[in-house]
Amino acid sequence: MTARMREYIKKDKGMLFIPFITAGDPDNESTVQIALMLQSIGANALELGIPYSDPLADGPVIQEASKRALSHGETLFDAMALVKMMRRQGLKIPVIIFTYANVLLQFGVDVFFQQAKTIGVDGLLVPDLPYEESRLLADTCRKQDMSLISLVAPTTSDRRLSMICNEAQGFIYCVSSLGVTGMRKSFHPDVFPFLKRVKKVSELPIAVGFGISSSEQVEELKNHADGFIVGSAIVTLIGRYTIELADSGTRSSAVDQIRRLLCEKLFVPVNK
Amino acid sequence: MIRQPQLEEKYRTDENGRYGMFGGRYVPETLMHAVLELEQGFKEAIDDPSFLNDYHRILHEYSGRPTPVTYCERLSNLIGGARIFLKREDLNHTGAHKINNAVGQALLARRMGKKKIIAETGAGQHGVASATVAAYFGMPCKVFMGAVDVERQALNVFRMKLLGAEVVPVHSGNGTLKDAVNEVLRYWAANVEDTAYIDGSVVGPHPYPMIVRDFQRIIGDEARSQMIDKIGKLPDAAFACVGGGSNAMGLFTAFLKDSVQLFGAEAGGKGINTDAHAATLTKGSIGIVHGMKTYLLQDQNGQITEPYSISAGLDYPGIGPEHAYLYQSGRVTYEAITDDEAVDALIKLSKFEGILPALESAHGLALAMKRAKAMKHDQNVLVCLSGRGDKDVQTILHVMDEENGGDHQ
Repeated sequence: MTARMREYIKKDKGMLFIPFITAGDPDNESTVQIALMLQSIGANALELGIPYSDPLADGPVIQEASKRALSHGETLFDAMALVKMMRRQGLKIPVIIFTYANVLLQFGVDVFFQQAKTIGVDGLLVPDLPYEESRLLADTCRKQDMSLISLVAPTTSDRRLSMICNEAQGFIYCVSSLGVTGMRKSFHPDVFPFLKRVKKVSELPIAVGFGISSSEQVEELKNHADGFIVGSAIVTLIGRYTIELADSGTRSSAVDQIRRLLCEKLFVPVNK
Repeated sequence: MIRQPQLEEKYRTDENGRYGMFGGRYVPETLMHAVLELEQGFKEAIDDPSFLNDYHRILHEYSGRPTPVTYCERLSNLIGGARIFLKREDLNHTGAHKINNAVGQALLARRMGKKKIIAETGAGQHGVASATVAAYFGMPCKVFMGAVDVERQALNVFRMKLLGAEVVPVHSGNGTLKDAVNEVLRYWAANVEDTAYIDGSVVGPHPYPMIVRDFQRIIGDEARSQMIDKIGKLPDAAFACVGGGSNAMGLFTAFLKDSVQLFGAEAGGKGINTDAHAATLTKGSIGIVHGMKTYLLQDQNGQITEPYSISAGLDYPGIGPEHAYLYQSGRVTYEAITDDEAVDALIKLSKFEGILPALESAHGLALAMKRAKAMKHDQNVLVCLSGRGDKDVQTILHVMDEENGGDHQ
């Protein structure tokens, strides 16, 4: 685990806020500014999504973001350069690269780790590598002091849960609902017993994702988890301001507008 | 002649569903419960004689199995080489081999207590087969189909609706088969409690490549004994078209341990030196898509590219992982057949044998005709005629119109 991960991702820090954005959505400059903005409103880590043509775990909102980024040819290579730029401009929180397995495979796992270390990547989340397929990558991550973030779902059996949590790194990403990423109004009642099961076997902080879009939901989770992940709710706002974000004259005010909307409607009461 | 299939090789994968380095389960944790539950359900079912009896009985009574093997005397004389035999999967109910797998998986769904069926479809053939068995078993059925394909395949969309299925147009990505596969897997992850996903080919996460192969191997098992009945020995070579590769795995599985040469015909589209083809093994590279490691068509950054073929059923950017394994090991030879070669084979079979094959199957036939020509008169080749071509007459008409300036006499 990197020093940054140890510092920012731990229990008893209030609810950890882990936002997700797609690299290059709608362009590279906006991604850097949005990342810094998210840090300024209290993000404890950034999940940076690499766009992919066939994002199996994602709902329509993040698929669209992928499409926007791919329309100008965004690659994992570009995303790594973005992290470098973010660091240079003052991003202190851990960065977790969220990428589908094929993109990483074609980029080259070795190349990825070489670059990741020097530019300040702290973790990796590969949604289509379940426990059985990720042992090699988990070992490499450990050797490189990086965290391979594991997903667990309400349908994950107790046996699998302890298997996954025993080997997990960084934090446990608890999927709050079946299906894909995307905003949902309320939690399935099964979520709370599920989080209880995870807490029982995990020493790491547990963060809940998939479908979180309101401060009411975060409030509901408070006594059940250590943090929450927000993707689609942020990406929806980015989607709404793509034109303004793409124009350097209006970019800063668009980022500010996104910040305001996020704070007012979603998160500030929890994090400040 | 309903026989128990030889399933001694049914677990010919490791515990994580690998064929050599290929296959596996590259799915989000949200889907792991579903694929593990299915694997367990399948293993129990396939060891249960009453399940196998139901499967064979339904294929016999409902789909007319066993399908015959037909010797093509006039076509063989025309080619002037080896004798050509066809395994007539086109004579199945709904006109293609797809029903074998759909019946098997629907039976399995019922056995596992699932109430609803979902499926993906490209051209609509697997969608029609799934809608058909859903009607037969009285289960509600949703078929996910790329929005572009919904437009292109209006007739099959209508057929599915007539059979009582709901067709769900998929707008994500490019709105084609690969996007329909993503969408059906997403839907399945959210609805696994009461819903069974019927995968149409030997693709996807383990256990699907194994399940579909085992429900399709009836093709090869029947053909093997039919050839022995007819000519007193095994054929010298066997051919099938390969998109995802289910009819090919169905045929090849029975001959893998024999000295029969095996050939798979990929869609060469407008030529493998153009961008318009679906020749996954000839032109693709190793990667991960739709839950499996296999050969696929992709760009240098790992984004999946859109394949092309005149035949919608071969228009898939990946290929079954067992084919990737058989390709790498050299047991099966895969070659690309162009649109033109397939159309030529389709016309020849129609004119010389009175059999109108599906454009997909015509790829396998075209490769067989090429190879048969260089073989001796006393040699025999077997071709899996996976489906009938009625669905393709519009496409053929269009091709002939273009070639003849409107005169297709």
